Amino acid sequence: MTATLAAIRTRMLALAERRLPALTRLRQAERLPVRLDRRRIYVLPTGFGLLFALLLFVMLLGALNYANNPALLLTCVLAAACGASLFVGFRAMNGLALTRIDAGECHAGESLPVHLRFAESARVRAGLRLRIGDTETAFALPAGSGISIDAPLATTRRGRLGTGRIRFSTEFPLGLFRIWSWLHPDASFIVYPEVETPAPPLPDASLSDDALARAGTVEESGGLRDYRLTDPPRQIAWKPSARHDKLLVRDVERAGSDALVLDYYALAGLDRETRIRRLAAWVIAADAAQREYTLRLPDETIGPGAGSTQRRASLRALALLPFAHA
Amino acid sequence: MRDAIGRHAFELTAAAIAIVIATHAAHLPAWLLIGTPALILARVAMRRRREGAVPMIVRVPAAIVLLVAVATQYGTVFGREPGSVLGCGLLALKLLETERARDARVALGFAAFVLISALLFVQDLAFTLAAALALVVLLAALISLQPASAAATRPLRTELRLGAALLVCGLPLAAVAFALVPRLASPLWGTRDNSGLGRTGLSDTMEPGAMTELLIDDSPAFRVRFDDAAAPPRQARYFRSIVLRDFDGATWTRGRRGTFLRAEPAVSEAAPIGYSIVIEPTDRRWLPALDLPIDAPRGAHFTATRELVADTPVTEPREYRVRSSLDHRLSDRLDPQERSRALALPAGFDPKTHALAESWRSQRLDDDAIVRAALEMFRGSFTYTLNPPLLGRDSIDDFLFSTQKGFCEHFASAFVVLMRAAGIPARVVTGFQGGTWNAAGGYLLVRNSDAHAWAEIWMPGRGWVRVDPTAAVSPARIELGAAAANDNPAWSQAPWLRAIRDRLDLVDGLWTRAIIRFDALRQKGMLTPFGVPEANPGDLLLALAAALAVILVLATAWAMRDVLAPRADPLDAAWQQLRRRLVHAGVEPRTSEGPLDLLSRARTAIPASDAAISPLVQDYVALRYGSVEPAPERVRAFTRAVRNFRVARPV
Repeated sequence: MTATLAAIRTRMLALAERRLPALTRLRQAERLPVRLDRRRIYVLPTGFGLLFALLLFVMLLGALNYANNPALLLTCVLAAACGASLFVGFRAMNGLALTRIDAGECHAGESLPVHLRFAESARVRAGLRLRIGDTETAFALPAGSGISIDAPLATTRRGRLGTGRIRFSTEFPLGLFRIWSWLHPDASFIVYPEVETPAPPLPDASLSDDALARAGTVEESGGLRDYRLTDPPRQIAWKPSARHDKLLVRDVERAGSDALVLDYYALAGLDRETRIRRLAAWVIAADAAQREYTLRLPDETIGPGAGSTQRRASLRALALLPFAHA
Repeated sequence: MRDAIGRHAFELTAAAIAIVIATHAAHLPAWLLIGTPALILARVAMRRRREGAVPMIVRVPAAIVLLVAVATQYGTVFGREPGSVLGCGLLALKLLETERARDARVALGFAAFVLISALLFVQDLAFTLAAALALVVLLAALISLQPASAAATRPLRTELRLGAALLVCGLPLAAVAFALVPRLASPLWGTRDNSGLGRTGLSDTMEPGAMTELLIDDSPAFRVRFDDAAAPPRQARYFRSIVLRDFDGATWTRGRRGTFLRAEPAVSEAAPIGYSIVIEPTDRRWLPALDLPIDAPRGAHFTATRELVADTPVTEPREYRVRSSLDHRLSDRLDPQERSRALALPAGFDPKTHALAESWRSQRLDDDAIVRAALEMFRGSFTYTLNPPLLGRDSIDDFLFSTQKGFCEHFASAFVVLMRAAGIPARVVTGFQGGTWNAAGGYLLVRNSDAHAWAEIWMPGRGWVRVDPTAAVSPARIELGAAAANDNPAWSQAPWLRAIRDRLDLVDGLWTRAIIRFDALRQKGMLTPFGVPEANPGDLLLALAAALAVILVLATAWAMRDVLAPRADPLDAAWQQLRRRLVHAGVEPRTSEGPLDLLSRARTAIPASDAAISPLVQDYVALRYGSVEPAPERVRAFTRAVRNFRVARPV
């Protein structure tokens, strides 16, 4: 039931956004900084606000009916305070300026920590919430200093990811009105590929025999790779090729040097995403072991190198590999 | 759990609810008065140890027990008192299941309702202010339910301050709405009966000791404003309320007989004095009036004994105007039926009193001498006290011949019995005597403790004459007032304390006149300054809408004030001014043009001004692009230079 309702709601929303772009939250991605102003701040009473209005109306009727002036006065004061709360809430949103947005690192499936940086605000802004994707984060801005807020953004797949529309909202101070604004910052982040777990050990000659034996497919994971048209025929490893029903060649570079090479083509027999996951796992393992390594991908070769720069470049390249055509 | 509330927010909510229940304390039954604070404390203590709602198996039976208890105590769950008791109980029970902000909000909304309903019981200024303070706590609790607070330290202070600020911000709108919301001329449902609150006040029966409760009640009974500003002397300030004519040996009653007869005729022998009285609610219909009222105000009438009676009980403060005479003759002639009633005494009571009266008669004393003898007797060995000993069956005999201690009602009662026994028509009158002159406000405040009882005897040719036997015993009671006679500690009579009490009472009186007494009638005249002599509800609503619009505009301006007045960059402003000057000289700047290009065009167009323009433009370029934040004094110098710059006219 709720699922159907949610589906209908999504459809209606999509329709409304298509038809009435000016009235709905559809906004072109915009460049930062973005400052919220009255043109893009919306206000509606909350459910509690409606209930409270009803209560106030009953109080008013009761006070009038019994000609009870003190009760009427207090009801008026309470109602006026509720009205004033709308303006206080509006002020919490008005002039809120998002100056920068960036993100940390994460692998697909984890949540990406997004950092939103706000401009210095002259007054305290409390009770704010922001919603990116499906997660809502509450925050407050102290007076007189800029602040950075971390909000998690759920990820599902590797590659570039925008924040999509961000909703800033507040029910400050009494929870009677919801005041909100949509923001679509023009920013995108890299989500690293998912990491294969458990991953086979690094394709490394220096590993012990035991480990190699456990890993099983020494040649596959190690010194062999798919045949490319430019490979000289004498490098073809005939016996493994016969086993795999396709041509495999010995990797000369790898065999010749001590350096670790993580080669996309060496992972023959696996589908594209599996290879990427495994390579990502190896990059992390190699980095953890503080080794120097080279990542060889279809269009580029990264390294040899070591350290966080190499790791980031490698994971980034892996993340941005085009998806296989389904 | 989403929306879960922290300890601070929960406890502030609990405190707000406890305060709201406390505002009802005066009429809550004892079990609830003890039960609800205990319940709230237990819940807070429990939640400190472990969060989580109290299970349904406890909550539901508790609610049922509450409902049954209220129903058995009051016979119903509807109506003002059972309703408020039920509301308080449910409020405390709601706290048991409050775990999320949503629940807490609903509980606080309901608490606001219960709080306002407390004003159905008490309406004075102090209580209304207390309720307003309770509202501040309630708003603070609502604020504390917000997810992120910017004040990590002392959140309570921030919340209370914001709550109070919201209320204060709302005051202008509230005042306008209060004045302009059209009042109902008649109730939509029910009656406006506020009776049954157990208010103290004069009763239409009198038995020994019945007035004790009243005489120690220091709350205001009514306030009198005299037209001539000055009040009559204290000895003349007798406010008549009720005349008691029938005595059964223990209790004086008004008696039903003859109540509806025409009022006794009164002849005024001095110019009557006019005054208006604002009386506090008594739930009864008696309207006290100074000595002898000449004419009845609207909505009231005289009884046969010239008591002033309102058509409806005084359930809310009420103002009435009366003219009274201090020197008068009441009822020159006494018809036989009335005479026999004013002489009647129950048979078989008070033999000693009868014997004493007989002895006076047998001495052939005239009426005046008998009155003097009786007063002489009181003056001799009697004592005025608010704690008299108990009296037996022959209460008058006991009082006159053994205890000899009592206060006004004892003296009045014994005196009237004595007179009747001696053959002089007499009756008891209750009312108020004295009062405190409030110099700050220019009015006379009469408290419930000023209640008094005296006698009226009928003399041929003089009519009903007032005789106050208490004055014979305790002149202080009449000359200095009830407070002096009732043995109050000396400090309570200190002048500074009295000054403060006067001021407070003045404010209280203003409150009664301006707020409580503001009704449909007064509202009609509200719009007279705007050219609407008789405002109907439509006019009022129109005025309300207009005022609302003005306030909304002001509030909007406030909310956006830093958007409306952006601080323009002075450097930009000066540059724009320079450009405008160049436009005047015929050099139209183009949008795609930088300052230097503009300069080169200006040079060729108005070569005469080249010497003035060049340094200005160079200056601007240096200021604008030379540093991130140009030095303010240099910007000011540039602004001045631009202001002084004039395009030289080609000669």
